[in-house]
Amino acid sequence: MAMAIRVFLIFLLSLSSTNLSYSLYEDQVGLMDWHQQYIGKVKHAVFHTQKTGRKRVLVSTEENVVASLDLRHGEIFWRHVLGTNDVINGLDIALGKYVITLSSDGSILRAWNLPDGQMVWESPLQGSKDSKSILYIPKNLKADKDDLILVLGRGCLHAVSSIDGEILWRKDFTDESIEVGHFIQSTDTIYIAGFGGSSKFHIYGLNAKNGELLKNDHAKLPCDTFGELLSVSGDKFVVLDNLRSKILTLIIKNGEISYNQNHISDLIEDSSGQAILLPSRLPELFALRINFHVLLIKVTNGGELVLVDKINNAAAVSDALSISEGQHAFAFAQHGDNKVHLFVKDVSDWNGDLLKESIVIDHQRGNIDKIFINNYVRTDRSHGFRALMAMEDHSLLLVQQGEIVWSREDGLASVIDVTTSELPVEKEGVFVAKVEQNLFEWLKGHMLKLKGTLMIASPEDVVAIQALRLRSSEKSKMTRDHNGFRKLLIVLTRAGKVFALHTGDGRVVWSILLRTLRKSEVCEYPVGLNIYQWQVPHHHALDENPSVLVVGRCGPNQAAPVVLSFIDAFTGEELNSLSLAHTVAHVIPLPYTDSTEQRLHLIIDVNQRAYLYPRTQEAIDILQREFSNVYWYSVEADIGVIRGHTLKGKCIHEVVDEYCFDFRDLWSIVFPSESEKIIATVTRKSNEVVHTQAKVMTDYDVMYKYISKNVLFVANAAPKARGEIGTATPEEAWLVIYIIDTVTGRILHRMTHHGCQGPVHAVFSENWVVYHYFNLRAHRYEMSVVEVYDQSRADSKDVWKFVLGKHNLTSPISSYYRPDIITKSQSYFFTHSVKSIEVTSTAKGITSKQLLIGTIGDQVLALDKRFLDPRRTLNPSQAEKEEGIIPLTDSLPIISQSYITHSLKVEGLRGIITVPAKLESTSLVFAYGVDLFFTQIAPSRTYDSLTEDFSYALLLLTIVALVAAIFVTWVLSERKDLQEKWR
Amino acid sequence: MVAFRLVLAVTLLLTHSFAFQSDELLLDDDEFGLEGGARSPDSQSHSPSSSRKRFSDSSSDSKIHFSLQHAFGDSDFSDAGNFSARLKTWSHGAQTLTKLRFKRDPLTDAELKKFRELLQGDDFYRIRLPSNVLSPPGKEYIISSVKARCLPGDGLEEHFVIHMEGVNILAVNYGSPGACPYPRQLKLPGKWSFKSHTVLKNSEQAPRTPIFAEDVLGGEEGEGEAVKPIEKSFWAKYWMYLIPLGLIVMNAVTQAMNMPEEQAGAQQPGTAVQRGASSGARRR
Repeated sequence: MAMAIRVFLIFLLSLSSTNLSYSLYEDQVGLMDWHQQYIGKVKHAVFHTQKTGRKRVLVSTEENVVASLDLRHGEIFWRHVLGTNDVINGLDIALGKYVITLSSDGSILRAWNLPDGQMVWESPLQGSKDSKSILYIPKNLKADKDDLILVLGRGCLHAVSSIDGEILWRKDFTDESIEVGHFIQSTDTIYIAGFGGSSKFHIYGLNAKNGELLKNDHAKLPCDTFGELLSVSGDKFVVLDNLRSKILTLIIKNGEISYNQNHISDLIEDSSGQAILLPSRLPELFALRINFHVLLIKVTNGGELVLVDKINNAAAVSDALSISEGQHAFAFAQHGDNKVHLFVKDVSDWNGDLLKESIVIDHQRGNIDKIFINNYVRTDRSHGFRALMAMEDHSLLLVQQGEIVWSREDGLASVIDVTTSELPVEKEGVFVAKVEQNLFEWLKGHMLKLKGTLMIASPEDVVAIQALRLRSSEKSKMTRDHNGFRKLLIVLTRAGKVFALHTGDGRVVWSILLRTLRKSEVCEYPVGLNIYQWQVPHHHALDENPSVLVVGRCGPNQAAPVVLSFIDAFTGEELNSLSLAHTVAHVIPLPYTDSTEQRLHLIIDVNQRAYLYPRTQEAIDILQREFSNVYWYSVEADIGVIRGHTLKGKCIHEVVDEYCFDFRDLWSIVFPSESEKIIATVTRKSNEVVHTQAKVMTDYDVMYKYISKNVLFVANAAPKARGEIGTATPEEAWLVIYIIDTVTGRILHRMTHHGCQGPVHAVFSENWVVYHYFNLRAHRYEMSVVEVYDQSRADSKDVWKFVLGKHNLTSPISSYYRPDIITKSQSYFFTHSVKSIEVTSTAKGITSKQLLIGTIGDQVLALDKRFLDPRRTLNPSQAEKEEGIIPLTDSLPIISQSYITHSLKVEGLRGIITVPAKLESTSLVFAYGVDLFFTQIAPSRTYDSLTEDFSYALLLLTIVALVAAIFVTWVLSERKDLQEKWR
Repeated sequence: MVAFRLVLAVTLLLTHSFAFQSDELLLDDDEFGLEGGARSPDSQSHSPSSSRKRFSDSSSDSKIHFSLQHAFGDSDFSDAGNFSARLKTWSHGAQTLTKLRFKRDPLTDAELKKFRELLQGDDFYRIRLPSNVLSPPGKEYIISSVKARCLPGDGLEEHFVIHMEGVNILAVNYGSPGACPYPRQLKLPGKWSFKSHTVLKNSEQAPRTPIFAEDVLGGEEGEGEAVKPIEKSFWAKYWMYLIPLGLIVMNAVTQAMNMPEEQAGAQQPGTAVQRGASSGARRR
């Protein structure tokens, strides 16, 4: 019976999915979707507040974004996301109207129009050597000529006109073998200071007009140096020696170089720690960090060092800001008890504070990483200061008058991994009170909706209706809904902060900066790796909150120890955290849970050991039961080997650890390194649901899908064709794809695409894999589909047996069966290059699938899977047409209505996540990059529910009106009858 | 003449059935070898490859050997058999293997004992092959393994599918030829000798992307092809107005039906009963 219903449902589905495009109307934008724009962690900031008009701050960030922000509210005026390899090295304003950015290691200089962000000019800069990149815009040049931009990049000095970006002259320093560190500008001469080797100090004088070399001098220093050269003022430099115990002061007077040496121990008693020069540019001063203190040291004209101040718990020091002629101010922040103290001081007058403020900053934002200050004139004509702070969690704050004026959660621009959590179940009583409170509002809303439906609404009403729909409280409630649309998206960001976003409106429900992923002495460079669902309570453990597991590592390389954090998904509290001795190569969530619904996880380290979590006896008992059924694989892409593993027994180790297991290799696949390199591997999602194993063909033949969770798709490219497209000829490029069973290491399918190369993006779902690559012969991108069918069960082919339940599909399947499979494949051209591919997933897997393609334009395209059906033929028969087979075309259509991001862009798109809703027709989609985007999509339309804008009120009203009409007519007819009778 | 035809037909038939036999046994792969265990030579296993002479004329051949090693559970690997094949060097320089033959060494008593233990413990029987047949072991050994309880049938039955790329072995699919359902039951083989099937596999070519000339010309239009959003049917759009309208119309019609009746009835005398009946109808 259930089968028959399903068959009927599928039939209904195929009927309802006859239209191929998914699109929405203008007034539906923002109903189910939200879009958030971010910029990333700020690296440089330049304020633009002098002129009247809009006050703004220009920033460049670690996500390679250059943006102009409203200084009043923190909103984005304009923004440009440069490519992933186009790292911004410098940012400044020229001519008062252009924003100049230097990027790509000092090889691209661009000017953007300040008010609207249009690009004015771009100039590529030549150079051959990697070097420091410096952007320098002289401020006090004589106004009689072009404003000059000096750029150092790739070992060359370029002078560029800021009007049109023309390169006026260039001077090559590649042959001089010096590492240029600084510019000094006097009226007509440009001095360039730098090191040759680590102990030879060079100085060059160049004519600012034509780049002619005027002077050249150098001095040999008494010792090697450490770190960067820091300019204190126009003619003074400081640098640390290689033991980091001495400070060298270099002074240039009339082109002569002299130097002084001072021991740090002369300035401070406890000088045992490692000293670091802070890169803040302060006139006559420099800042030195040692043992959690920051020393501010003044350099006298004679080259002597005077300790000005010692700041404890200092967080950040800003650059100096010129507030009036000869007066410079700078800011530093100090962490106090629960508060941050912000000081602004005059550089020359040390005793008084220009500003001293205490600000309460949420401790989940961590330390202050960078601080930028800007001055303004107060109403009483005194100097006021505002400070822009980039925090440890990558958020951005503007502080003025001791308050946070605005804040931006820019940590969300660098999402690493995403998981979801259900919301708490709705409690009785809560809902009713809420309705009573808003009963009038509710009625008013329905009246408005009624007007809208009856088309008697005025334009104001229409606006009100739209606003009402957008901020419907229903979608942003903090409880579970019947359709499963409301969930928490739990994201891990690069800063080590975990956010929970509500799917209804995208607001941050809670956030936590993980202690384990913060910089500390034991863990210098922590990196977050992945986030997993740790505990998903249902049935008997409903009263417990779900929790997530965050896996991180104490350093960028694989040999660094692992850190784990367990977080309550409802409250955002850290339940437990572990810093462990072993490393992590991968984490395997096992398909077993313990009595409290905690999922068992195996963490595989680099020394061939597996560690079981949670560390309880119950977990060990569960694992022992399934001990011989745990298999996994590892891909060593650099040597081209894939291996399969299984557990062997308890660790044989000096330290007894009963949660540690040894494992052994079961199989290996070795790709010959001279002909193949692994470039992509994809597996099926472990939580994917497949509705039916059988596929009924047009001729009532049944094909059985080869559905195994243990399959791996591998794409290998020819070694010569691993680079960019265009570096290899079609003859030396090929792409080999494999489908591998990961339990036995069997190659199920192997196919070569000649003349094709990567990058390969692929998605594996059910029994098919779709992958995207470049065809060199056709000069176009292609997408191929491979579907895998199981022939070994072909004997139970009778549809009637299948419907009546007399089939052998329930017999257990083992990977040790010799697979008898057939594959069907076809390729199609596809116009776009692709950043990411995903597939929709629904609760029961009945709904047809759509591929979600993250295009190069940072949009998400929904492409029906039926376009990538290997059974498409040129002239499908009538029966095939009825089944929904589309006539064969050589390229896949890109229908502009099927962009699920409609007119929006998810800048810097990196990944797409799909989560099934409880409603079978609907799938939730979350796309992340620099921006975040969330929407609900229904690949076969919402066949199982009424539409969102269905008016229950109107239905009710119609019924009421009809009932009333019946009564009225009844009464009328009664009366008429009576009259007739009295006649 | 007739006799000649008959002979021809018979030979054709014979060769046909000959080839057919080998196909049936050995899947659809281009090259294969098949040999029974050392103690039980199989008479039909020498049939293949006799009809494939025509390949070898154009290129030079040489014979090569490489060995199969096996391990019981976690034991060290030891020699278990020998593969022999013809190495064919093509005119364009590529080298491929053909005519793969396999000869298993008989199990020694010690190995037999170990194998029994494997069967008892439901452990893995592992094999390995060199990844390069010309300079073994090449980059690394190719390992494959199977639960030992999958192998026993009549004798010990094994099935190799060796994936080749030139002279390199990429992988070997190793297992029993038939089913091995879970949970695996302990079953001792009738004969302690291996019956081996081997298959060589090379990569397939991907099907080419179809190219239609007219689409190349009209490619842009094809992309811009917009599927119109389906118009809701008239009924779906206006049902809420149509139903009341329909009711009104019906009401009007019944009234109109009643009116002439009443008029007609008024002309007739003694209409009280009729009037009662008609009003009843109206009320319905």
